[in-house]
Amino acid sequence: MKVTLKIWRQKNSSDKGQFVKYRVDDVDGEMSILECLDVLNESLILRGEVPVAFEHDCREGICGSCGFVINGVAHGPERGTTACQLTMRHFKDGDEITLEPWRAKAFPMVKDLVVNRRALDHIIEAGGYISVGTGQAPEANGLPIGKEIADQSMDAAACIGCGACVAACPNAAAALFTGAKITHLGVLPQGETEKGRRALAMVAQMNAEGFGNCTNIGECTAACPKEIPLDVIAKMNRDYLCGSIKQREDLPTPVAPVVQGA
Amino acid sequence: MGTTGVIPHHPHSISFWQSSNGKKAVMAVTGAIMFCFIVGHMIGNLQMFLAPEHINTYGHFLHHDIIEELWIIRGILLLAVGLHITATVQLALRSKAARPVGYSRKEAINSSYASRTMYWSGPIVLAFLIFHLLQFTAGYIHPQAQFVAGDVYGNVVSGFRVWWVSAWYIFSLCLLGLHLSHGLWSAFQSIGCAHPRLTRCLKIAARATAIVIVLGYISIPISVLLGVIK
Repeated sequence: MKVTLKIWRQKNSSDKGQFVKYRVDDVDGEMSILECLDVLNESLILRGEVPVAFEHDCREGICGSCGFVINGVAHGPERGTTACQLTMRHFKDGDEITLEPWRAKAFPMVKDLVVNRRALDHIIEAGGYISVGTGQAPEANGLPIGKEIADQSMDAAACIGCGACVAACPNAAAALFTGAKITHLGVLPQGETEKGRRALAMVAQMNAEGFGNCTNIGECTAACPKEIPLDVIAKMNRDYLCGSIKQREDLPTPVAPVVQGA
Repeated sequence: MGTTGVIPHHPHSISFWQSSNGKKAVMAVTGAIMFCFIVGHMIGNLQMFLAPEHINTYGHFLHHDIIEELWIIRGILLLAVGLHITATVQLALRSKAARPVGYSRKEAINSSYASRTMYWSGPIVLAFLIFHLLQFTAGYIHPQAQFVAGDVYGNVVSGFRVWWVSAWYIFSLCLLGLHLSHGLWSAFQSIGCAHPRLTRCLKIAARATAIVIVLGYISIPISVLLGVIK
């Protein structure tokens, strides 16, 4: 099949950027959209042009590297899949497919479809861990955890940190990401003891990075390739509220955000 | 190069009110206060379907017997409205700044119409509220009829007989319903109440409540226009 790819090309963060249309003629329905870009890039290199930059790694939907907005939807029209899992059979012959990078102030442009998502790493660094004493690993059955809790934690831990929630949100909020990280640790007994401090620190960093606010409209959960439920945002808000009430120490100071003056 | 870097920090910590989560919690609580008023006001209004002396006595009771308490309630409501709007404006500006370059194409795949139009339904309802207070509380605007202080029943009938007053009222109340159908559920989310089973019920309950509120309010101008109340 033949498709036209309308791709956002931008040399670097100071370049203005524009859409460029490319025709790709030999597209197979079983190709992923990333493989389609590979084919295009090979032809661009042969013609002596600069290939389209995009991030990718595992190409099986678990690493969180890939992702761009495809026809107005983060990771494309298929639910619960990353861009690398989106096969070309979901498009029709002759389609024009628009590819745009994640757009958020907190995600500064690197090149073409690549943006800097270090802001999400900052949020993890702020509180995405548990403080445990070193020593021998405790007896596995010494700390019983109900299946419902384990499932809730695992559902949240499925987050691969791709940033689609930010891209899909009309407010460019990172609430689903931060909520997933807070829920993943906070519902388990190992992480529950410091849930208040964790929520305060992670929420502070999320705000410092200049992400927008959550209006609970639910675009994020639909775009999320791991289908993280919206409940994690409520869990973040609950832990943040309880943490604010119980807090006895000084509020945590966030590290300098990726984009200054955010 | 073995330099020990000092991690640069944000100039200050982020307080409850400075965080978007804190502002949303304030919006949830102030929204709940306004919702309580909306329910109370609707029940009071429905006395229009009884004899005229009922609602006139009720109006007299509010404006004379408990006037001090009424001013306390008005103060709380004004504070709630002020905080709700302040938080909304600040958050809207923050969200606008969070995406300086927009998408050339963006599809809504999961959100409700009500949730996407909160920024429109809110200000229109506020404009209506000001008009409504000037018409029925202060009596400054009362087209095509004379406002009679104390005659609540008569004022409502003469006010709603004007077709565009009724139309504006019905339109605004429908927008209020739209605002509530998302806001009532969203408030629970903002203060951290969610559960896989609870969430589904809350969404349905929020829509049902919004419909009941809209029907309760607009039944009055419709009845006046149809001549059921005269």
